[in-house]
Amino acid sequence: MALANFSSSSRSNLLKPLAPVLSFAETLRRPISTSTDPLIIETSVPFTFHNCEPPSRSVETNPQELISFFRGMATMRRMEIAADSLYKAKLIRGFCHLYDGQEAVAVGMEAAITKKDCIITAYRDHCTFLGRGGTLLEVFAELMGRQAGCSRGKGGSMHFYKKEAGFYGGHGIVGAQVPLGCGLAFAQKYSKDETVTFALYGDGAANQGQLFEALNISALWDLPVILVCENNHYGMGTAEWRAAKNPAYYKRGDYVPGLKVDGMDALAVKQACKFAKEHVLRKGPIILEMDTYRYHGHSMSDPGSTYRTRDEISGVRQERDPVERIRKVILAHDLATEKELKDFEKEIRKEVDQAIAQAKESPMPEPYELFTNVHVKGLGTEAFGADRKEVRAVLP
Amino acid sequence: MLGIIRQKAFGQSLQRIRPVASSWGGYSSTSKQMMVREALNSALDEEMSADPKVLLMGEEVGEYQGAYKISKGLLEKYGPERVLDTPITEAGFTGIGVGAAFYGLKPIVEFMTFNFSMQAIDHIINSAAKTSYMSAGQISVPIVFRGPNGAAAGVGAQHSQCYASWYASCPGLKVLAPYSSEDARGLLKAAIRDPDPVVFLENELLYGESFPVSAEVLDSSFCLPIGKAKIEREGKDVTITAFSKMVGYALKAAEILAKDGISAEIINLRSIRPLDRPAINASVRKTNRLVTVEEGFPQHGVGAEICASIIEDSFGYLDAPVERITGADVPMPYAANLERMALPQIFMNAARR
Repeated sequence: MALANFSSSSRSNLLKPLAPVLSFAETLRRPISTSTDPLIIETSVPFTFHNCEPPSRSVETNPQELISFFRGMATMRRMEIAADSLYKAKLIRGFCHLYDGQEAVAVGMEAAITKKDCIITAYRDHCTFLGRGGTLLEVFAELMGRQAGCSRGKGGSMHFYKKEAGFYGGHGIVGAQVPLGCGLAFAQKYSKDETVTFALYGDGAANQGQLFEALNISALWDLPVILVCENNHYGMGTAEWRAAKNPAYYKRGDYVPGLKVDGMDALAVKQACKFAKEHVLRKGPIILEMDTYRYHGHSMSDPGSTYRTRDEISGVRQERDPVERIRKVILAHDLATEKELKDFEKEIRKEVDQAIAQAKESPMPEPYELFTNVHVKGLGTEAFGADRKEVRAVLP
Repeated sequence: MLGIIRQKAFGQSLQRIRPVASSWGGYSSTSKQMMVREALNSALDEEMSADPKVLLMGEEVGEYQGAYKISKGLLEKYGPERVLDTPITEAGFTGIGVGAAFYGLKPIVEFMTFNFSMQAIDHIINSAAKTSYMSAGQISVPIVFRGPNGAAAGVGAQHSQCYASWYASCPGLKVLAPYSSEDARGLLKAAIRDPDPVVFLENELLYGESFPVSAEVLDSSFCLPIGKAKIEREGKDVTITAFSKMVGYALKAAEILAKDGISAEIINLRSIRPLDRPAINASVRKTNRLVTVEEGFPQHGVGAEICASIIEDSFGYLDAPVERITGADVPMPYAANLERMALPQIFMNAARR
């Protein structure tokens, strides 16, 4: 990985001899972790582009951001692994689609945008929700179907939402979120908000007809939408080359420009999203293909090893893991010590465990919740339960 | 089915009964006549004028002035940002409409006919109807899906299906079916103002029919309540429920039955979901007999639901089994005589039974 240091090098040389002498408590107060002095780092691979001029490989960042990337991704990683255990303990039911391996996309995107921009994604939404400001408690409680969940237990793993932070879900039907995302962008343009929408989908959804229908309309109407293909190379168990005649998803917009990005590099993701946001506000839609990878199978019922080799999975983990990459950058620039990073991870593990404990305390929804939120305005009509004579409710 | 076979015996007399044109308009010479098409157009115009978040999208709604001229003049008045011509991609533009509603706009998505809504039905059901529930109320979807539903004249099997029972079975949706111009205006305005997804089923053959409208109906704040049926004609011997075009047929049937001394109470459902069960039950408790009429396929239809509901709530009041008059259980044929056989034309027999 090519690195370029600027202002931080002299300062880090000053602090280096002091570091081992400072106690643990004092190291937490080290100013460099919160420095916002700019740092320029090159992305691991160049961007591949279609119908546009690519952004520069040199990404402007700063120590505070890099530390927050590390913390963010480590939290997401820990959360997904904890969700795996909860599912196996049968505390989570139904579907559970885990995002570990893909964290750089969620974290890099957040760094490039504001909460007024919108994100909409499919069912692999736990980490995207966390990135938008969701809490661990809301995630675990929702997964376990409890009241403290972000959808009060009524949505489940695939239906997380946080409207006030611009997160519109959480959708179970493959591909449906793309036209919805274009609709969000339409509304943003209509309201003259100068904000954009990122509509995320997978390589499996990339062949959906409604995607091309929505892309056509977005290009015609110049909607500020960025279509982000999180290409983890497998649509459930079907490899991309078996599903798509042309797996160069960033080119499939034809008349719509596209960029292929190393999705395991949070800085590359940030750069691409920043570039994309500026582009769509002036020139209509763009497609970003994030080259990423999921360590788990498609969902908890899929071991993930019948259609790919364990060597492939561990190979990616060795060479391209997003958390390890940021760890290396932080250590190489001496923004924190290895011990400090390990301490962050321990802290995160504790946070996750605490959130799980709290979520387990949260009660299941009250029975009357069966009938709430069917409508915004229920008009006093009756709704029926399974035995119509026994269970009836009036919708408010 | 018996009703249709007996129909053949009536032969030519059937032709007289089938209502073609307008004009119930006989009662007051001072009340204004308004075509359903005009009623819908004025409702759209007034709601778009009152709320800048309301917009219309669909095929040919703009420059073509609307495939059935319902949106005539709206493009000129509100401009291309609010009246949007879409490509022929129902799944795409319906999804875009629902997404815009998520954000807070109030789109009206027009389907050239509801037959084409099947291409977008995933967005209507899974993206629109269920979202408020799945998000525990965080995201509401104030959208209206409207367009002509049911059979027109001679358009064949793929263009003639009635979708009332399909949409009405889905929790989270409201389904409305106007008959007269008053219904069209009042219910469309209510639908646009309603914060939930509404499926608004019009009827192509009603667009050209005129009905009298009072000054109250013409007022821009006029609105009908969703979920309430209308008793179009009071009676005491049999209750006939109908919606959309069938209300007109039912009223004609009532006239004929009256000559035989049978007083029929005609209920215009107006709202298929929520269904006005109290009104239907109250009527049946009064008359003790029920005939349900609809244009759609019989199995699992609106009439089936009404029948079940009456049996659950008013079984003791029924003096005879409930009768259903529906479209024939076949795809719609093209030939005029077959098409006539496939749609309810005459149902006095059922009433007499």
